[in-house]
Amino acid sequence: MAGYFTNILSGTKSLLVGLSITQREFFKKPVTLQYPWESLEMTPRYRGHIQLVKDGETGTHKCISCGLCDKGCPSGCITVKGEKQEGVKVKVLVRYDLDFTKCSLCGQCIDNCKPGAIEFSKEYNLASTRKEDFYYDLLKRLKEQK
Amino acid sequence: MSSQTASQNKEHFEINLGPQHPATHGVLRVKLLMDGEYVVDAEPVLGYIHRMHELMGENRTWAKYLPNMGRLDYLSALSYNLGYVELVEKMAAIEVPERAEYIRVITTEMNRISSHLLWFGAFVLDLGGFTPLLYAFDDREHILDLLESVTGSRLTYCYFRFGGCSNDVEDEFLTGCLTFIKRLRSRMPMYHNLVTKNVILMQRLEGVGPVSAEMCRKYGATGPVLRGSGINYDVRKNEPYSVYPEFDFDVPVYNECDSMARYMVRMDEMDQCMRIIEQAIAKIPEGPVMAAKVPKMIKPAAGDYYHAVEAARGTFAIRAVSEGKNQAYRMKLRSPTFSNLSLFQEASKGMLLADALAFMGSIDLVIPEIDR
Ligand code: SF4
Ligand code: SF4
Repeated sequence: MAGYFTNILSGTKSLLVGLSITQREFFKKPVTLQYPWESLEMTPRYRGHIQLVKDGETGTHKCISCGLCDKGCPSGCITVKGEKQEGVKVKVLVRYDLDFTKCSLCGQCIDNCKPGAIEFSKEYNLASTRKEDFYYDLLKRLKEQK
Repeated sequence: MSSQTASQNKEHFEINLGPQHPATHGVLRVKLLMDGEYVVDAEPVLGYIHRMHELMGENRTWAKYLPNMGRLDYLSALSYNLGYVELVEKMAAIEVPERAEYIRVITTEMNRISSHLLWFGAFVLDLGGFTPLLYAFDDREHILDLLESVTGSRLTYCYFRFGGCSNDVEDEFLTGCLTFIKRLRSRMPMYHNLVTKNVILMQRLEGVGPVSAEMCRKYGATGPVLRGSGINYDVRKNEPYSVYPEFDFDVPVYNECDSMARYMVRMDEMDQCMRIIEQAIAKIPEGPVMAAKVPKMIKPAAGDYYHAVEAARGTFAIRAVSEGKNQAYRMKLRSPTFSNLSLFQEASKGMLLADALAFMGSIDLVIPEIDR
């Protein structure tokens, strides 16, 4: 019988201790970010979809159309098309397509790129109901990017 | 009681738990044969998110298989990353720089804490307590932010590379880890007061879901399930890999064999993870984080290779058979939760339905990892 009452007592005590903890927490400031009104600055290493790096000097990309990014991509989401043009030693990039629906953000394309022509973007507000919205023409994006 | 109701009581009926049910934490289906509130038989039905990860390993180059490792157990993805890169390094005899090994240990242990915190929240949620989940997520968020600052992702990491890590860590990350450890240490008593010592939790876990050491052996259960059954087995101690032998840490073992024991093992493990991280940060050497010579195309010598690591849920092991080509001939992934789930059928016989769910929470299932 004595055990019965000590059980009730210790049980009630444990509940009161728990309640005091939640009560203390109740008066603390919110720890969450109030998303649509506030948004986060992504860390420099954040992996968004890949994009072509803009070269500060020439104002264009550094890609030499070697296709190593394409070859090393586990998901096969990169298509690079280069063209031989007169007077230019390396192949000239004419198209760089990324199918972001398949990308696993592993970073192997960036590791493989010797000239450092691609990087991760910091975009994370991506939402769409259409698959086609995630087929990116990176060359076009670079040109639009001022 | 009339004879008619007595015979009705004996009537068994079947119900499906899942494949879409919050308590299974994913697309797992358990066919339950019930006698009233009591479980007569529970048959897990798998395969709802089978993605052929093993087959993929046999169809792509060693390097291209790396991102798959983040998608098995997405809650402790770095342990899986680690297991795979270490296997390939063993196969191709690649030396990893010391600093990279330390970074691997620090990030993997941080990942283990975040995984246990999530389990803690979700487990208490299974038992009907919502608040602790929010507190655990508050702490876990700090880990995700820290890991994001080095790996670039928050969940499905692909950070380690053959021969090292994809990038170095800054001092801010290391001090951030220490600040986090200080914070979590100060919060641990709160968790114990709020949850561990709670009378409702104790009564729902103590003595419920007995899993004997013998049963663990029979089904190959590992990790906290095994250590909650009184067996001191941790791959980090028993078959040390990476730089784990350099750290002083204990393996929490409980002999009670019940859900409470498994709960306590994980809670204590978080303390041990913090100890390991502190020692690793104190000792981390300067230097490169990538091996100088990593072949562009990896072609390991023909042979049969095996490597095991301690993931958050138990022993994760890979067996790879190489024919000397740039892809594996056979890739076998040993998933800890698959074995841990296997004992559910036997152990849950005769349990109340609510207890069976508490028991299922205590074995900590991650379904994409069971199905692979
Ligand atoms: S991040 Fe990985 S999956 Fe995505 S495009 Fe680059 S190589 Fe392909
Ligand atoms: S982005 Fe880099 S790896 Fe890809 S084609 Fe251009 S230069 Fe080569």
